[in-house]
Amino acid sequence: MTKHLLSINDLSILLPEGADRKCAIDNVNLTLNAGETLCVVGESGSGKSLTAKAIMGLLPAPHVRVGSGSINFGSEDLVQVSYERLRQIRGSEISMIFQEPMTALNPVMSIGNQIDEIFRYHASMTKLERQGKAIQLLKDVKLPDPKQIMNTFPHELSGGQRQRAMIAMALALSPKILIADEPTTALDVTTQAQILKLIKEMQSTYNSGVLFITHDFGVVADIADRVAVMQEGLIVESGKVDQVLNQPNHPYTKSLIAAVPSLTPRAPRKKSDESVIEVKKLNKVFGGEKSFFGFGKSKRIVNAVQNVSLDLFQGETLGIVGESGSGKSTLARCIIRLMDYDDGDVSIDGTNISKMGRAEMRPVRAKMQMVFQDPFASLNPRIKIGNIIAQGPLIQGKSKSEAEARARELLSVVGLDSKSYDRYPHEFSGGQRQRIGIARALALKPEVLVADEPVSALDVSIQAQILKLLDDIRIQMNLSMIFITHDLRVAAQVCDRIVVMRYGEIVEVGTTSEIFSNPTHDYSKELLNAVPGKGWEKENKNSASL
Amino acid sequence: MIDFWKRFSRNRSAVFGLAILLTVLFVASIASLIYPEDPFRLAGKPLSGPGLNGFLLGSDSLGRDVASGIAHGAKTSLLIGLIATLAAVFIGIIFGAFSGYYGGRIDDLLMRVTEIFQTIPSFVFAILLVAIMKPSIESIVIAITVVSWPGVARLVRAEFLSLKNREFVQACHTLGMSDLRIMLREILPNCLSPIIVIGSLMVATAILIESGLAFLGLGDPNIMSWGFQIGAGRTMLRSAWWVCTFPGIAILITVLAINLVGEGLNDALNPRLRERQ
Repeated sequence: MTKHLLSINDLSILLPEGADRKCAIDNVNLTLNAGETLCVVGESGSGKSLTAKAIMGLLPAPHVRVGSGSINFGSEDLVQVSYERLRQIRGSEISMIFQEPMTALNPVMSIGNQIDEIFRYHASMTKLERQGKAIQLLKDVKLPDPKQIMNTFPHELSGGQRQRAMIAMALALSPKILIADEPTTALDVTTQAQILKLIKEMQSTYNSGVLFITHDFGVVADIADRVAVMQEGLIVESGKVDQVLNQPNHPYTKSLIAAVPSLTPRAPRKKSDESVIEVKKLNKVFGGEKSFFGFGKSKRIVNAVQNVSLDLFQGETLGIVGESGSGKSTLARCIIRLMDYDDGDVSIDGTNISKMGRAEMRPVRAKMQMVFQDPFASLNPRIKIGNIIAQGPLIQGKSKSEAEARARELLSVVGLDSKSYDRYPHEFSGGQRQRIGIARALALKPEVLVADEPVSALDVSIQAQILKLLDDIRIQMNLSMIFITHDLRVAAQVCDRIVVMRYGEIVEVGTTSEIFSNPTHDYSKELLNAVPGKGWEKENKNSASL
Repeated sequence: MIDFWKRFSRNRSAVFGLAILLTVLFVASIASLIYPEDPFRLAGKPLSGPGLNGFLLGSDSLGRDVASGIAHGAKTSLLIGLIATLAAVFIGIIFGAFSGYYGGRIDDLLMRVTEIFQTIPSFVFAILLVAIMKPSIESIVIAITVVSWPGVARLVRAEFLSLKNREFVQACHTLGMSDLRIMLREILPNCLSPIIVIGSLMVATAILIESGLAFLGLGDPNIMSWGFQIGAGRTMLRSAWWVCTFPGIAILITVLAINLVGEGLNDALNPRLRERQ
């Protein structure tokens, strides 16, 4: 039997007393070989990140600490080694890439300086050698114009470039093990695809072992050799990637995989010709205003939404798809009049609302409601759930008892206990809060629901439940819906028609099946190709059709 | 509430501060019972040391009882500190709330006004105001309020700025809620904790400013105060140390106690610190 590069034996990590469980991870066994990618998959709170941190000795001691077990790296046990030795190992033999490259890089140091720092601490080289090495590294991670990048600061780079710089730093001393903690979660799909490819290439060049932590089965399918599935601190299943993804044994793995939305579009539904919302030539520009006394430069101008026209038909779900900065959220906020736009017209049921004042808007507000992205920020922490939901009807002039009755009815519609009425938001989980947010939006009996990334902050199994809830409600209440998402898998399952946006402009509009099977614009093609786990999807379909 | 007390009492020194503060409050409330006479009254032999001639803490050059002065002065100090702080917090919330919520021109205008007040050294400004208005308890409260509201305005503005873009506030907009209601019912309750903390610390500062003014002879001539006592005894510091020392200690421990309580409140109300424990 070959010796493993890294083996974690019966590792347990204790949580402080009063936490919701005793161990963050319990009796975990993992092995990693050279040249291999091991994916640790799990939902939030499964202990996957803590496992990675334990290897690096980065646990938030003394509250969270290793209880028992060993992490064997070469001939050493990383749980036992001295702090000094651990510092030598970090960076030179085991290195780590973090989720959010903006916060993982020091904002006041140039990229070149930050790479240089690694060599200064871990290797003895002259300044010129170090510089040459750093430029070579930046070239390796395919950053354009490495010499110039050396002098730039993190905020001057895009998210993808920053993550490349992070990878360059992690690989600086050709470590034997690379730990990547959700390295692509904060990135757009097209960038994610490039970064995944880069990590693969780097791995084969350096023959290092990669421990890749993720929640996304698509990413797993693309990058993993072996997979370990974690649930509440336990490894419930592990094995070769094909086996785990295609013939999962454990019920939890099965449910997780079943919850991953398929890329095959849903069956088309009958389309109505009656338009509910009509947007004509909408424009929104950010910046450009001057300061109080007119001093200073005017701010940079961003064309967030340019010349956008679209229709929402009765009963349909219109998806707005695009990467970050494409203006999809701004567009939604303009339609619902959370933001004022510069010019263009929005009509609802044939009434033009773009020139309406606040008072005129109030009755119209009831027709369009919004579901927000972040379930933790979208509920006022100081107000009871019942009052949050009843607020809307009260403002629109309903009596107190009517509003309360409506709130209680909605709680049951969204599948929450009626006891929730008198509780505060912090007593609920993310998925439950999103249900409350939906109930609040429905309280006014709207005709149109605008959902801004309603499931992107949720775990995949909860995501499936919320999507189902939205679908049920839409049919029940005969809603039309604008659904904003960056996730094409979700879009495929929810939307009847899709609008693809880039740089504030609509590049393509079509029915979901048209866009997925036959995209015409290059950018739509690029987006579709970047969806992680495409290959796995095809395989699955083939095996399903057999 | 019990939960709050648990978090507060984890900070031992805060509990200690609270105990001192309650004692001072108690003394202030029974001042007219234990010393029913006017504290300005000549009570006996001038410059008697502590414990002599029936003076617990001695008497000053005019034979006024220092202990009586401290008891009555406690009332003045706490009252002025509290009223001035409440007024300052009220003005600060109005300025900060409008400025943070509406932004743009209104923000520019209100913040420039705030800055005008902030650029003048606060104690000098307070002296100036009291001198113009004639020393009286009202003018002192007004002066302290005027110099201390800008800090609150800045804090409230910052809180409103970060909260107004939260999704729960946007949700209120989509429901058609009025601005005033959003400010009062949705945003303000969420920034009460820092306001309470800064308010408690401002009481301490207000007491110090009041004492300073009284020391310089700008206190209300008809009301006994700690600063006045120190001012009256300062020329005799070497011959009759007790005249200055005891009121000085009273100021010291009261301000210290309020600061300790403020810190305890901060620990108990600040959610980030709460998680750390």
